[in-house]
Amino acid sequence: MQYSSQAVAKPYFIVAIALFVGQILFGLIIGMQYVIGDFLFPAIPFNVARMVHTNLLIVWLLFGFMGASYYLVPEEAETELHSPKLAWILCIIFTVVGGVTILGYLLVPYATLAEITGNHFLPTMGREFLEQPTMTKIGIVIVALGFLYNIGMTILKGRKTVVNMVLLMGLVGLAVMFLFSFYNPSNLVLDKYYWWWVVHLWVEGVWELILGAILAFILIKVTGVDREIIEKWLYIIIAMTLITGVIGTGHHYYWIGAPEYWQIWGSVFSALEPIPFFMMTVYAFNMVNQRRREHPNKPAVLWALGTAVMAFLGAGVWGFLHTLAPVNYYTHGTQITAAHGHMAFYGAYVMIVLAIISYAMPLLRGRAAANSEKAQVWEMWSFWLMTISIIFITLFLTAAGILQVWLQRVSDTPMSFMQTQDQVMIFYWLRELAGGVFFIGLIVYLISFFIESGDSSATTATVDVK
Amino acid sequence: MSDKFTKAMARNIFYGGSLFFILLFIGLTVDTSSALPKRDHRENITPQVAMGKDVWEKNDCIGCHTLLGEGAYYAPELGNVYQRRGGDQGGGAFIKAWIKAQPSKAPGRRQMPQFNLTEEELEALVAFLKWTSEINTADWPPNIEG
Ligand code: HEC
Ligand code: HEM
Ligand code: HEM
Ligand SMILES: [Fe+2]
Repeated sequence: MQYSSQAVAKPYFIVAIALFVGQILFGLIIGMQYVIGDFLFPAIPFNVARMVHTNLLIVWLLFGFMGASYYLVPEEAETELHSPKLAWILCIIFTVVGGVTILGYLLVPYATLAEITGNHFLPTMGREFLEQPTMTKIGIVIVALGFLYNIGMTILKGRKTVVNMVLLMGLVGLAVMFLFSFYNPSNLVLDKYYWWWVVHLWVEGVWELILGAILAFILIKVTGVDREIIEKWLYIIIAMTLITGVIGTGHHYYWIGAPEYWQIWGSVFSALEPIPFFMMTVYAFNMVNQRRREHPNKPAVLWALGTAVMAFLGAGVWGFLHTLAPVNYYTHGTQITAAHGHMAFYGAYVMIVLAIISYAMPLLRGRAAANSEKAQVWEMWSFWLMTISIIFITLFLTAAGILQVWLQRVSDTPMSFMQTQDQVMIFYWLRELAGGVFFIGLIVYLISFFIESGDSSATTATVDVK
Repeated sequence: MSDKFTKAMARNIFYGGSLFFILLFIGLTVDTSSALPKRDHRENITPQVAMGKDVWEKNDCIGCHTLLGEGAYYAPELGNVYQRRGGDQGGGAFIKAWIKAQPSKAPGRRQMPQFNLTEEELEALVAFLKWTSEINTADWPPNIEG
């Protein structure tokens, strides 16, 4: 850690990990409700547990992005953070707002929550991923503005590197696209059309800029490869992201009432969306192969490479699988979608946040460049346990999805939805099992933080190889 | 990457390419906006339909169901449930009776909560689901089961 103000990243990372644990616990609850339909009913209905699962995911990733920014922006700009105090205050506000919202989901019926938070003044609730009360959404905007001000001022007074500029563009884009969550017309078609401006243009647009910037920062640090080369790759990757991904939004406009030409625009451009993910994989491995130093933090390198591979598999391959309109006609809104959602979110965004945490935490905790050998081994075990589990979750859901499509959509004598679900029950059991292994991996991950830092010199020094 | 391909070139592709496709996307959105009224039949969005959407959102139906294929995958598609359950011959009555009868309490079966909706809210939901079933969705879903 080169600037003392980078230390504010630490509380963000800690909150992120805590919420991650909550996310997975609720994932296990809804996974159980898939197989034992009345599990925890009526105390926690499926929809409530699901919104806790998905909202915790989004919020902890946001905490991760903010922590990453507070860590890397000062180091890139070569200056102290504009206001560490503001960063601390926003961390507390965001934690409280998030915590109260989750408690609200769990403690009162959703309709009551809508009532007491004044949803009728500006109705924004009750849409997937945007379930938060309008007041919470306003809180998120305020936190985002304070955060952008803090990061923006820091970048303004310091060195303006490509990594910082791309990160800032991604973060501003994240905040701007979120504003569409306040637009909720009575016309369902318009509602859906602009809902995707938040959801799709986040994960297949501006978030990829954030992903690219964080990955570039880590690669510069752990490989020692010339910044010029890495920045060139970064530009070309994010260029391909927006060139394909913006019109690629059309892959969500096939069946929601929009004109049929979207089947062509959406299919063609979204079919190209895997390109930037593929380039990211090629580049990450190239940079690590051309490394000019052996960084002692092996898990950080592993997470960084893992992100590149798993994002390509989850977003690129599993995205392509169902993105062409004639295929999507059958797979739309089935378990195939859930399969893709899990691997893409994990591969691209969970893993990049865990990568920057892995890189930064030892430094934030004053352990020099890396944890002890033993702590690293635990962390790498957690990498494999969680990553292999998500692969199996994806495979089981894909199997369930293919059967579902076959029985309910393709067949001449289609089964009803509920009958079909009974037929594929075995895969939901297997998914729950894989989810259990994921949870074990997460526990191993937590334990890795509590393993004493050894004093082995190999873990504290960076060795230049050329 | 080749040395002849410079960072400045990469940067220009990023700014130029992104700007071009963002503008194209906005153009397509303008065109879509003018084509939508014929497909979504917005003239039929009565205050009752609007209220139905509000009831739909306040009770987070989307947290278990899909609507036009989007939402959660735990319970049946509802974009065409009005047609599936009889259309103008009983679709509305079925939906109201169904919602009032929940939860089924069948052991081990997936449960839908009791929302204690008023008669007015039930009528509004039916109107909303009927209107939704009339949107031109390019022939989706493939069959009536959703
Ligand atoms: C906690 C999950 C959950 C929520 C929330 C929920 N439902 Fe359901 N719903 C179900 C399940 C599960 C079924 C299928 C039950 C069965 O077949 O026994 C169902 C079935 C239905 C059906 C019958 C579908 C058919 O094809 O016959 C209708 C209509 C319906 N729900 C409407 C609604 C409406 C309207 C809302 C919101 C006010 C809602 N549901 C909220 C779980 C839910
Ligand atoms: C990291 C990037 C990505 C993430 C996190 C992601 C995540 C998701 C999620 C969560 C959904 C479900 C949305 C819903 O609930 O309705 C979804 C849907 C979809 N995604 Fe992605 N995705 C990514 C990239 C891609 C790419 C690159 C493609 C195409 C090549 C793609 C194609 C699709 C399609 C076609 C759907 C709609 C599925 C349906 O019709 O039900 N995604 N994505
Ligand atoms: C870090 C790991 C995980 C991530 C990133 C993640 C992400 C998501 C996302 C994005 C959705 C919305 C899906 C969609 O709309 O397509 C979702 C839903 C869900 N997740 Fe996870 N999840 C994770 C782990 C788990 C685990 C371990 C389980 C349980 C075994 C689980 C069970 C579920 C279930 C049952 C749903 C609901 C699907 C539905 O709506 O029918 N998830 N998750
Ligand atoms: Fe998308």
